[in-house]
Amino acid sequence: MDKKKQQQAYENYVKQKTPVHNLPANMAKAFVVGGIICTIGQAILNYCEKMGLSKDISGSWTSMLLVLLSVVLTGFGIYPQIAKWGGAGALVPITGFANSVAAPAIEYKKEGQVMGIGCKIFTIAGPVILYGIFTSWVLGLGYWILKISGIV
Amino acid sequence: MVKGIQSIAFEQSPYLISSASVVGKKEGEGPLGKMFDMVEEEDLFGENTWEEAESAMQKEACLLAIGKAHLAPEDIRYLFGGDLLRQGVATSLGVEELGIPMFGLFGACSTSGEALALASMSVAAGYGEYMLAVTSSHFGSAEKEFRFPLGYANQRPLSAQWTVTGSGAFLVGKKRSHVRITGVTVGKIVDYGLKDSQNMGACMAPAACDTIIRNLKDFDRVPEDYNRIITGDLGYVGQSILFDLMRGKEYDIKKNHMDCGMTIFDQQLQDTHAGGSGCGCAATTLSAYILPKLERGEWQRVLFVPTGALMSTVSYNEGASVPGIAHGIVLEHC
Amino acid sequence: MDYINAFWIGGLICAAVQILLDRTKLMPGRVMVLLVCTGAILGAIQIYQPFQEFAGAGASVPLLGFGNLLWKGVKEAVDKEGFIGIFLGGFKASAVGISAALVFSYLASLIFDPKMKK
Repeated sequence: MDKKKQQQAYENYVKQKTPVHNLPANMAKAFVVGGIICTIGQAILNYCEKMGLSKDISGSWTSMLLVLLSVVLTGFGIYPQIAKWGGAGALVPITGFANSVAAPAIEYKKEGQVMGIGCKIFTIAGPVILYGIFTSWVLGLGYWILKISGIV
Repeated sequence: MVKGIQSIAFEQSPYLISSASVVGKKEGEGPLGKMFDMVEEEDLFGENTWEEAESAMQKEACLLAIGKAHLAPEDIRYLFGGDLLRQGVATSLGVEELGIPMFGLFGACSTSGEALALASMSVAAGYGEYMLAVTSSHFGSAEKEFRFPLGYANQRPLSAQWTVTGSGAFLVGKKRSHVRITGVTVGKIVDYGLKDSQNMGACMAPAACDTIIRNLKDFDRVPEDYNRIITGDLGYVGQSILFDLMRGKEYDIKKNHMDCGMTIFDQQLQDTHAGGSGCGCAATTLSAYILPKLERGEWQRVLFVPTGALMSTVSYNEGASVPGIAHGIVLEHC
Repeated sequence: MDYINAFWIGGLICAAVQILLDRTKLMPGRVMVLLVCTGAILGAIQIYQPFQEFAGAGASVPLLGFGNLLWKGVKEAVDKEGFIGIFLGGFKASAVGISAALVFSYLASLIFDPKMKK
C-alpha cells in the first residue's frame, strides 16, 4: 500500500511539474481547422444536392472526396503539419480517419505488400471500425428487440 | 577496483582514445551542428529504409572512430553496441561487416553508458587492447516502432521529446590519449510507477538521481568534484524533476548539471518540446561536445550519466509502468 | 447560411475534443473510438439526426457523424430485413468511407514515400 501511495504521490507531483499546451489557444486553432474542413464538406454536399443527387448519395460523395483530399495531403506530408497546428481540428473530421489509414500504408510498404501494408494498414484506425461496428450492432440488437416486443 | 556498492574505480584506467559522431539533418542544424564528424542531409543515408539508415550510421561511426586512431576493425577485440529497435537489429546489421566479435546490448537511451562501462571494464580486466562501444537512434525507425508512422497527423505534448537521428562510437583501450575512464557506477532499475510514455524525462529522473547519488557516495565525492554532471536525455521536464529529487536527498547539482537532450537541439527554433532523446542523443553529444572539452583540459572531470526508459510497446499497452535506469561513467582529463 | 453553421458547429466539436487531447492522457486512437461510439449512441437516442439536419456538414463530417451513419444503416437494415439487418447495416452505410480510405491509401502507398517530420 505504501508503495502505491508513493507512486500516486509521484504521479501527482509530475503532473504539476509538466508543462501543458495553452488550452484556449489550442481550442481556438482546433475550432478554425475543424470549421474549415466541415465547410469544405458543406460545399461538396451543397454542390451534389444542386446536381440533383439524393441526400444519402451526396453524403457519400462528400465522404469520398474528403477522404481523397486527406490521403493526398498525407502523401505530401502536409496533413501532419495541419494537425500540428490544429490538433483536434484535424483529428475529429473524417479526414483524420483517412490520414490514420494512409500514414501506415505509406510507412509500412517497405515491409511488403501483404505483411507490411496488408497487415498494418489498420494499425491506428482498426479500433474505430471494430468499435464503431460493434456499437452499432449492439444498438441494432436493442432496436430489434424493442421492435419485436412492440415498444418501438 | 571494486568501489562502494555499485561502482568500480579502475586501478589502471583505460583511455578513451577516439570517438566519432554521425548525425542527421535536424541535428546538423542544431547548436552542435558544426561539431559533429558527419552530418547527413538525407535522412535515409542513401538506404531504402529508416532501419537500414540507422545501421549505416553505426557502421560509419565505427569506421570513423577506428580510423581516427589509425587502426583497422581487425585490431578491435570486442564491440559493445545497442539501439532502441526490436531485437537490436540496427546494431546487428550495422556492425555485421566489421567482423568484430560483439555483445548486443539493450539499455534504451542509457546504452552509451552501458557500452562504455563494459568496454572499459574489459580493457581494465586485461581482456583486450582495444574495445569499441557504439550506439545509435533514428527518428524514423523509433517513431515507427514506439509511436506512430511518420505521416500520422498528431499533436505532441510539451513533455514529448524528439528522438535524435545519430550514432556515436567510442574506442576504448590502453593507448594513451587525453581522456581516461577512471570509474564506472553501474545503475539499477528505478521505478516510480509512472505510466506516461509521452513524458520520458519524468520516468527516468528517479534512476538518474539514484545513480548520481550512488556514484557520489561510492567515490566519497560531492557534486563540485565534477566540472559537470551530464545526463543523457532527461530534457527540460526531467531536469527540473531531477533537481527536486536530488534536493530532497540534500544534494544540489543545479550549478554544474548539463543534459545532452537540452543541448543538442535549440528548443525554440527547432520546436523539439522537452528536448532530444534516444541512444544517439547522449552518444553524439559526448563525442562532439563533451570529449573535446575534456581533451583540451577545459573540464578536468565529468560524470556522464545517460538514462534509459525500459519499456516496450507491449509492456506499455499491457499497463506496465515505465522504469528507468542510468549508468555513470567518470571521465577525466589527463 | 448553412456554410456558417457547418463552420462554427464543426469547429466547436473540434474545440471540445481538443480539451480531451490536452487535458487527459487519451491518445488519438482512443479519442476516435470515443467519437464514433458516441455518435452511434446519440443517433440511436434520436438526438444526432435532428442535429445533423440543422448543422449539415458540421455534424456529418466529424467522426460523430460517422457513428451516426453506422447507426442509421443498422436501423434501416433492421426495418427492412429484420434480425439479419443488425449485421448488414453497419458496413453497408459506412462502405464509401471505408472503401475510399482503403483504396486511396493503398494507391498513395504506391506513389508516396514516408517523410521525416520537421
